[in-house]
Amino acid sequence: MKIVFERPNTLTDAVTHYCPGCGHGVIHRLVAETIERLGVEDRVIAVPSIGCSGALGRYLAYDSVAGAHGRGPAIATGIKRALPDAVVFSYQGDGDLASIGAAEILHAANRGEQITVIYVNNAVYGMTGGQMAPTTLLGQVTSTSPFGREISTTGWPMRVAELLATLPGVKYSARVCVFDAANVIKAGAAIRKAFEVQLKGLGFGIVEVLSQCPTNWRMAPRVSVKWAEEHMVREYPLGEFKTPEGDSQCNTR
Amino acid sequence: MTRILIKGNEAFAEAAIRAGCRHYFGYPITPQSEVMEYLARRMPEVGGVFIQAESEVAAINMVYGAAATGARSMTTTSSPGFSLMQEGISYMAGAELPAVLVNVMRGGPGVGSIQPAQSDYLQATKGGGNGDYRLLTYAPATVQEMADITMKAWDKAEKYRNPVLILVDGFIGQMMEAVEFKDEPATEPVEHTWAVGIRKEKRPLRRITSSHMDPADCERHNRHLKAKFDRIRKDEVAWEELYTEDAEVVLAAFGVVARVCRAVVERARKEGIKAGLIRPITVWPFPYRAFRQRVRTAKAFFVVEMNEGQMVEDVQMAVGYDAPVYFYGRNGGIVPQPNEVASELQKILAGGVTPREDRI
Repeated sequence: MKIVFERPNTLTDAVTHYCPGCGHGVIHRLVAETIERLGVEDRVIAVPSIGCSGALGRYLAYDSVAGAHGRGPAIATGIKRALPDAVVFSYQGDGDLASIGAAEILHAANRGEQITVIYVNNAVYGMTGGQMAPTTLLGQVTSTSPFGREISTTGWPMRVAELLATLPGVKYSARVCVFDAANVIKAGAAIRKAFEVQLKGLGFGIVEVLSQCPTNWRMAPRVSVKWAEEHMVREYPLGEFKTPEGDSQCNTR
Repeated sequence: MTRILIKGNEAFAEAAIRAGCRHYFGYPITPQSEVMEYLARRMPEVGGVFIQAESEVAAINMVYGAAATGARSMTTTSSPGFSLMQEGISYMAGAELPAVLVNVMRGGPGVGSIQPAQSDYLQATKGGGNGDYRLLTYAPATVQEMADITMKAWDKAEKYRNPVLILVDGFIGQMMEAVEFKDEPATEPVEHTWAVGIRKEKRPLRRITSSHMDPADCERHNRHLKAKFDRIRKDEVAWEELYTEDAEVVLAAFGVVARVCRAVVERARKEGIKAGLIRPITVWPFPYRAFRQRVRTAKAFFVVEMNEGQMVEDVQMAVGYDAPVYFYGRNGGIVPQPNEVASELQKILAGGVTPREDRI
């Protein structure tokens, strides 16, 4: 019998704690597939965040260094500077990266640290129960924006992929989503490019992955995907904002 | 042996290089910036890593990352910066990562002043970050002692897998003294069985974390840490005594204040006053037993600090209610002069001072 599809070796068979319909499982798999296709699994050191993906070390079979909320890029900097041959990635949510860790991500990117960042944007704080994040859409109801997010007190949704693309140290910045099969394949290709930038020693690479959070959005999984396609992608255009080859090429969906 | 005239802060930096530290992450703050400036030049000479971080928060987390690979890493800061590092220090203690941290203390709270003080004793010795942890904390009193302690600090940090703190007032950090660096190389950094890195021959995965979501697991981890801290209490406590055997009044001070008190004690002895001095070299663990063993012979204890009274609480704990404990402090960057300490001592001996009492 010919095997045409199987679980990547470095994606463990642990039962995840993720909710039904959550995007993290797919994204974990894309990361594991990419790392194995690049043949660097023995050199990988993962930096999980605080939040739902804090348990990353249980699901991805790499050495890992878990630290404080938002500090992943600083920790990854310390690891990579000490071990330049290691392949280092941080895996962060939007509360972790865009809010409490805004300084660390900005400066790691600005130094052109040779690390890869997988940034999962689901527009809410997942682990703590669906509070508003810097990425929450205008008008979106969350447990801390019960009347819908409004500009006067909370500002605007933060577009991280575009923001970081302006920095010279960033050699790859893209936004993808995991809302359907075609986009999952595109997301995998972007993650590969972000790791290749590190492997070639070019600089910093980030992939912002739009993901659904059915539980905290109070939606059935299928409804959440539809909502994300309609609303999230409008606020957060998909595409590559920085590539090693060229300038910003924003391909909206 | 090489004997050189060097500033305290630079002695830290040079001793760190000689101890095999090749990874420094820091953020400028007075009065410790000379450490950074020295290492910015020196680290490239020895093939090391020097990064000026965007904040003390980032600096301590870079130390966390480098320490997780087993690399000898270090950061240095001063009081407000040390407060910002507490998060990372707590995580390092929880994840059992070794590193050497330096706090060159200035006046507080808040911005306070940039001049020398001992305002962070309680933060350093009672745990500045969240959770149940301690740091082996040295309080050197001379530039030579700063260098000597720094040389062995990574050995201690690695032995216990816990950060080591060197707590020094800005005075020692800024003063120049002759220092002898011993020519024999420091212990070679070893390959640690817990450190993350390139996985050769499919060794088991290594995970560095302070997360223990299962309550029983978290309790077990805390008890494991407690046992370790008890070993440090027993084996690492260090202090210096001067004329304490027959002393009727025992002075207590650390850092530069101990040097002031030494002068006071020497002069008092010449005047026929039976004064002695206990100088804690480690402020955690605190040398309680050094004080306990003088309770029967000493009629009084006299603590001098550059703050409003922090170590005095530990002296009160050691002495109990068996003898009065007096306190004299200067603050905000003012170093107590021998004359004023001597005059306070005279007043104490004449019965004109109320003992310090924090146990109200």
